[in-house]
Amino acid sequence: MILTEDLRRTFRRRGAAVEAVRGISLRVERGELVAVLGPNGAGKSTLLRMLTTLLRPTAGTARVAGVDVVADPAGVRQRIGYVGQGNAGGHHHRVLDELVTQGALYGRTRAEARRRAGELMEALELRGLERRTVASLSGGQRRRMDVAIGLVHRPGLLFLDEPTTGMDPQARANLWEHITRLRHETDTTVVLTTHYLDEADAVAERIVVVDHGEVIADAGSAALRARHAEDRIELEVDEPGTVAGLVDGTVAGSRVELRLADGARVLPGLLARLERAGVTVHAAHLHEASLDDVFLALTGRSLREEGAAA
Amino acid sequence: MSVTVETPVEPDTVRPGVVRDTVTIFLREFQLVLRDPFSLIFSLLQPLVFLGLFAPLLAGSLSSDQVGGESPLTWFLPGVVVMIALFGTGSTGANLLYELMTGSYERVLATPVSRPAILVGRALKELAPLVVQAVLVTLAALPFGVTFSPVGVAVGLAILGVFGVGLGALSYALGLASRDREWLFWGVQQTLIFPLLILSGMMLPLESGPGWMQAAATVNPLTYVVEAERAAFTGALTDPAIRHGAIAAALTCAVGLVVGVRAVLRSAG
Repeated sequence: MILTEDLRRTFRRRGAAVEAVRGISLRVERGELVAVLGPNGAGKSTLLRMLTTLLRPTAGTARVAGVDVVADPAGVRQRIGYVGQGNAGGHHHRVLDELVTQGALYGRTRAEARRRAGELMEALELRGLERRTVASLSGGQRRRMDVAIGLVHRPGLLFLDEPTTGMDPQARANLWEHITRLRHETDTTVVLTTHYLDEADAVAERIVVVDHGEVIADAGSAALRARHAEDRIELEVDEPGTVAGLVDGTVAGSRVELRLADGARVLPGLLARLERAGVTVHAAHLHEASLDDVFLALTGRSLREEGAAA
Repeated sequence: MSVTVETPVEPDTVRPGVVRDTVTIFLREFQLVLRDPFSLIFSLLQPLVFLGLFAPLLAGSLSSDQVGGESPLTWFLPGVVVMIALFGTGSTGANLLYELMTGSYERVLATPVSRPAILVGRALKELAPLVVQAVLVTLAALPFGVTFSPVGVAVGLAILGVFGVGLGALSYALGLASRDREWLFWGVQQTLIFPLLILSGMMLPLESGPGWMQAAATVNPLTYVVEAERAAFTGALTDPAIRHGAIAAALTCAVGLVVGVRAVLRSAG
């Protein structure tokens, strides 16, 4: 569905060249749900804007839905849906009007556009808001409307640029429910950017980690964690010094700490072994590797801190 | 790495073409007027306000021989219509500024809509009330003993429409250039629009002005459009001024569309 080779984009800022995307080669198959994860300024949006023809690549090639983004941008636009970072609807326009207009922009007749708008208003829980202006909607409603606008022409490939940024947790969960359901019903390929770790972890089957304009990891969440980060088990025991030797761990204060892969599967056996050895374990803590640990291992920086600083 | 070239996905869409795209963009903008007709009422009052406030002064300050032997009102009113068009289409870009800040401009760019259609559709929205305004001016002038030719007014509006699309496209380009700097749009727009207006002889005849003003007026496309409107409104359709005005309008339109479309394409990378 997407095939890029050495895609690059350089911006000129006060005479200096800033490389926002530095050679990204990516392949996305039909039906995949891919999250592009990275800190602010990593190049996620620039990548997405090139794939959606809103920005011309400085170098490299990209075929989106089988069409070259530079040779036939209009052809790409016909085949994709795009939900940008901003709100799609004009502030003073009415919700239904904007959905119908969007249909007309894709060549639908007014009647078809109206029917499709009705379907989407139903599917995205926007019923009753037809005559409201975009400005009067809540943040969550506005974002659902943005998604509705992106889906008007039933694209086989949907791009979402930070769809949930700034939303409260409930509205975020609600939006994801809609997106995952629509995807299962229609087999749409979805590419989204996010800097929320938990979100990437929960919704995406594949995570492309981007930092400084480059892909630094690309795999499923579980595989990323297995490859780049370790789980941690901490045991509260009476004599940590002795126990550490038994289980190949290290002493951390009054606890014994083990770093290993697949901690959840190892833990029961470990406890049984210690029991057989006559060690009383007062408590066992399992810290599973998070995507943040993956990011930390890959870059030496924590994504959580970067997100907070931004 | 072996690269298999994917065949293009069959889109579930049709390219509507530039005319339908223009209509769609026009309707999207015009919806705002339809949904909130109050704005229309004020824009319709505008020419009447000018008529009511200027007409009493004109009789005293302009004599017929200063304006080519016509009644001052016959000379003045076509200028008012041009001015309304000038201010209306000149602000096309201002309505865009807000959409640039939210995401709705980007959303339109991400659709396959024809790029010139975005410019023309928006400019036409600013021009649409002009038709009603012109009819109103024509009717309001009747009690003052001034009769305009309906066919002439229609020809005049057509020329003005072509000019207005060009100016609207230029305003749009200015709006795109002022992205994130709203003050820039109004600063540049106001700095340009008043010299353009005064140096076209729209409100005051330039015949009594100094030579440099008259010279400047000859390179101002608006001068020719204003002259054409005056000839058209009186029904003098064979007057060469009409041809000159039409050429000036067509050139403005062409330049505006080239500059505007380039600005749109640049704004999209």
